[in-house]
Amino acid sequence: MSRLLPSLAAALALTAGAAAGDDSFIVLQSTTSTRNSGLFDRILPMFAEASGIEVRVVAVGTGQAIRNAANGDGDVLLVHARDAEEAFVAEGYGVERFDLMYNDFVILGPSADPAGVAGMADAPAALAAIARAGARFASRGDDSGTHRKERDLWRMAGVDPVASSGAWYLETGSGMGATLNTAAGLDAYVLSDRATWIVFGNRGDLALHVEGDDDLFNQYGVILVDPERFGHVKAAEGQAFIDWLLSDAGQAAIAGHRIAGRQLFFPNAK
Amino acid sequence: MQDLGGAFGEAFRLIGAFDGDLVEIVLLSLRVSLSAVALAALVGLPLGAAVAVARFPGRMASIAAMNAFMGLPPVVAGLAVYLLLSRAGPLGDFGLLYTPEAMVIAQAVLVTPIVAALARQTIEDLHGDYDEQLRALGIGRTGAVATLLWEARLSLVTVLLAGFGRAIAEVGAVIIVGGNINHVTRVMTTAIALETSKGALNLALGLGIVLLAIVLAINALAGLLRHSVAESAHA
Amino acid sequence: MPDDPLAADAGRTRTGALPIAGRDLSLGRDGRMLVDRVSLAVGTPGVTALLGPNGAGKSLLLRMMAGLIAPDGGAVTWAGRSPDRARAHLVGVVFHRPVMLRRSALDNVRFALKAAGVPRSERRDRAMAALASGGLDPLASTPARVLSGGEQQRLALVRAMATGPEALLLDEATAHLDPASALAIETLVLKARDGGAAVLLVTHDLTQARRLADRVVCLHGGGLEADLAADAFFRGPPAGPARAFVEGRLVA
Repeated sequence: MSRLLPSLAAALALTAGAAAGDDSFIVLQSTTSTRNSGLFDRILPMFAEASGIEVRVVAVGTGQAIRNAANGDGDVLLVHARDAEEAFVAEGYGVERFDLMYNDFVILGPSADPAGVAGMADAPAALAAIARAGARFASRGDDSGTHRKERDLWRMAGVDPVASSGAWYLETGSGMGATLNTAAGLDAYVLSDRATWIVFGNRGDLALHVEGDDDLFNQYGVILVDPERFGHVKAAEGQAFIDWLLSDAGQAAIAGHRIAGRQLFFPNAK
Repeated sequence: MQDLGGAFGEAFRLIGAFDGDLVEIVLLSLRVSLSAVALAALVGLPLGAAVAVARFPGRMASIAAMNAFMGLPPVVAGLAVYLLLSRAGPLGDFGLLYTPEAMVIAQAVLVTPIVAALARQTIEDLHGDYDEQLRALGIGRTGAVATLLWEARLSLVTVLLAGFGRAIAEVGAVIIVGGNINHVTRVMTTAIALETSKGALNLALGLGIVLLAIVLAINALAGLLRHSVAESAHA
Repeated sequence: MPDDPLAADAGRTRTGALPIAGRDLSLGRDGRMLVDRVSLAVGTPGVTALLGPNGAGKSLLLRMMAGLIAPDGGAVTWAGRSPDRARAHLVGVVFHRPVMLRRSALDNVRFALKAAGVPRSERRDRAMAALASGGLDPLASTPARVLSGGEQQRLALVRAMATGPEALLLDEATAHLDPASALAIETLVLKARDGGAAVLLVTHDLTQARRLADRVVCLHGGGLEADLAADAFFRGPPAGPARAFVEGRLVA
């Protein structure tokens, strides 16, 4: 491998100029739910038209998106895990957190509903019923925003599902889509954000059983990565993107994103 | 439920539509993986041949290491390159993360051990036959490495194809260092992963069939090349 | 790719290689002495046949003299100095099985000329002349590996002779060939000898030794049994293994 490094360095030197010289784009660290729902496909071209700035989206789990941003590998962070976002700002990685929009989580499961949770309005109680019935539950298990929300709900239900991991509690360690695929394949219950569920193409026998509980509220926030900490952060462009998202035009663009007539995200910038 | 027939239908529809986005993704896949194989060939072929010809302390250990690195998981290669190229990493100032160049580097890291290890074996077998003759002609180690690389060119085409197959098929490394950014770093495999995560399994499988068709075409091209070289030099 | 790396070999010093001398050469493998304190020198034009049954150590001795394997004991010198790469073109070696490069007959010879440091501008003409001397010029552009066994061995010899060697070392070069092909090789060897080369010819073919040799060296069991002028050897070989071999009583 000793001969590899000089070549790599040469390759880097060759390409660095081209990569560093172009300032007309920013990198957005975000989540799979926003990307897979098609939201970015709708609103980013609008922003590009208004500003001339291209937004390059890296869509990973919220936990990984925050870690990537904390490494300086992004200009703007758009995720859904309020506590972690506030910690990100408090630790000096981000400038300021803004509420952007919300949607909600839903609990899905096989249409036969072996745990009998269909129609329940209390999400923690539904999870407790699933645990009592020993019915399969597919968890992201990946420290994503959805996973964090799921853990909160279990805590409220007074159940420690990890003790049953591998039995009825299945931690996929994967993204929302992969976990939905697993749930569809195994007739398992699963917590999903509504947007991903609405656009998901491989539903199999899955049906929506629980929704509408205040505890299922899913708030998205947006943060500019701190340019004082990372000198390369494109502060002006990143701030322009955040300003646009929070403006009437941006909020209207978010509200206007509909799949099959249904609104997926609800803007709530203050 | 999905079925293979639906996937083939999707694949033909994709090819027939000659969709601009698909073409872009296919071209980027080819550009990234072919560049990675070229870089791997530049490093791996001479390295493998040198290890095949040279005798030095620790030779067996380096052969074992090369062979072991053939099994390097793409995700690990991707992570290692991510840590290097991340703004927080030692090469962060180049700003290469989430660019096609980063993907080339990650795939080259994956493919180089394959090329080096297979080239080493190929050249070593050949060296057994050629060694005394080359030395009788006054050829030194460096000359022997170059001569044997040329003599083994037909087998080495297959070695490079093996490397290309590995590069074009992997998703773990490019998705980490490329970020699967639409129109910038989205390649066939990350597009397949994306469609799978959306539950669009027919589309994902259709893309997979298109990818297979491309790999098949590349292999056929290489086969033709081999054939014409063999005609002129007879292996 | 095949052209450049050898250029470093050009510009080598051109002192002589003769005599090629081995003094007290020994070589063992796995505790067995395969060559046991043999001393041999070839320094004058003429053909020296190195005779002996299979396993006598002939090929190993030849490869030590050629500088291709290092002896465990004793030393080989070319013109008084250890063999070196820079003079390899002065000592042509032809192996028992020809090693053909995957390129044309002409390019095989050109390869040797390049390794010998012959300037690029002269290589083609010299290679063609060498091929013609072996009657191979009509096959110049034929890939070497599609030539017949006899043609390949002739090409190997032509390739070894193209660089104008002072010595030619042949290791059972005709063992696999039909009589006509063997004759073509022998004719070339005699041509080299007439040109002033010292030829060391490993063979276990007595009739070939009778046809070609000026001098006979007989090996048995790794040791030197006889080193005589050819006439004297065939008239009355010394008692013991050498005579037994000549009379066909000694196989190994």
